[in-house]
Amino acid sequence: MRLLTREAVLSFRRAPLLSVLSVTTIGFSLFTLGLFGLVAINLRQALRGLEERVEIVAFVLRGTPTETITLATQDIAAFPEVREVAFVSEDQALARARRELVEFRDAYRDLQTNPLPASIEVRMKEGSQDAATVGRVAERLRGFGFVDDVRFGREWVQKLDHLRNITGVVGLVIGLAFAAVAVVIIGVTIRLTILQRAREIAIMRLVGATNWFIRGPFLLEGTLKGFLGGVFSLGLCYGGYRLFRDRSGGTFADLIFFRTEQMLLILLFGVLLGLAGSLVSVGRHLRDV
Amino acid sequence: MIRFSHVYKSYPNGAVALKDATFRVGKGEFVFLTGHSGAGKSTIMKLLFAEQRPSGGDVRVSGYNIGALRGDEIPKLRRRLGVVFQDFRLLEDRPAAENVAFALEVTGARRDTIAARVTRVLTQVGLSAKNRAFPGELSGGEQQRVAIARALVNDPAILLADEPTGNLDERATRGVFQLLRDINAGGTVIVMATHDLDLVRQTTYRTIELREGAVVYDSADDRAGAEPSP
Repeated sequence: MRLLTREAVLSFRRAPLLSVLSVTTIGFSLFTLGLFGLVAINLRQALRGLEERVEIVAFVLRGTPTETITLATQDIAAFPEVREVAFVSEDQALARARRELVEFRDAYRDLQTNPLPASIEVRMKEGSQDAATVGRVAERLRGFGFVDDVRFGREWVQKLDHLRNITGVVGLVIGLAFAAVAVVIIGVTIRLTILQRAREIAIMRLVGATNWFIRGPFLLEGTLKGFLGGVFSLGLCYGGYRLFRDRSGGTFADLIFFRTEQMLLILLFGVLLGLAGSLVSVGRHLRDV
Repeated sequence: MIRFSHVYKSYPNGAVALKDATFRVGKGEFVFLTGHSGAGKSTIMKLLFAEQRPSGGDVRVSGYNIGALRGDEIPKLRRRLGVVFQDFRLLEDRPAAENVAFALEVTGARRDTIAARVTRVLTQVGLSAKNRAFPGELSGGEQQRVAIARALVNDPAILLADEPTGNLDERATRGVFQLLRDINAGGTVIVMATHDLDLVRQTTYRTIELREGAVVYDSADDRAGAEPSP
């Protein structure tokens, strides 16, 4: 193990320029992937903001006893798809209308009787905001005897579904393409290192080194380069993120950066890329010679 | 120790490097392989340390059947051999002692024994004072001595030397050759490919001459009274 580590560290010292080059290449490859990841998580975040607004409103018949409504809201809150249930009384509905619909303020002020019905507002859990689930819950609400009508903006929810699917597929395709490019670039970079040390590998074989012994330092070196490349790419991503957010004049003030576990995932991806790249390259080299 | 039985070697492009080569090398022998360039000397060497496999016939080295050798057996075979080349094949970025130690490290030798073993072989080749020198700081003869020390450090039963004096001046050639003779006197089998006939004529060692891939002369046959070697 000591020899393995020594050989891996030595290779950094022997060819510092090539080592820096491979780390920065891995870093930039992961950076493009990271940038795409940043766009993806921010799109996802924006989509989540829209999804938060998915709401089913069940209008309640006038004269429904409060106890009936209380029991019903408890029932609805227990639905597995439901995150939050709120009862809005007739008076609350009127107050809200006066507050929010400014242009009709005068009309609402002069009313003798309140025309607005009471309602139960239901918000859905994350993952249950698609049109099919929302439609199913709306149907169940319609089943309550005191419910007059149920609304949830079917078309809007369907569009949201569509948007979610498109971003998912496009994200997956572009993400895979970026990852594939990163794998190829990293493989080529590591192959360069191996070619530079072909003579050393030939001598190792000559004196009876096993293939695993030869691979060891390269794998460790690849892993280390992948990790350093990952750190470098995260630095670049953070720099880019701050620059974009701070220079946008507040337009993108809500942009988010990777969470700790997402950063660890990028580092792990770098490590795996480095490891896989060296495994493939050194394996191919050992087969060729 | 070494047995070639009707060995053929041809390449995908149709070139034939060895034709029906048959000979044996016993314990303690020193054998010259001679012949012009392309006669098949290096092919025999490559077959001996399993860098290539025979196209036909049977090659046995230290009990290993080269034609049927599994990938994981090649390192085991090579640890029982020492190989030196015309171009020394040293690691330029490591001093002499580390070049030699390298051959022990890759075999997983105990770390506490490495320094002593390296010193012993460097002393044997007359380079103990230059153990810290890098190959670039050594003369050709000295570099070949380091290569020989590396080949010896695992106490091989057979030392293969492919044109070991090809890049050396006369004085260095004499020194390296004498070193190989001393090593042979200690019981190590030496197979030396060379086209330096002066060197061959200086001694009475067995000589196998190759021409266009075939064995055309084996001095062992003369000694055995024109009987083919066993």
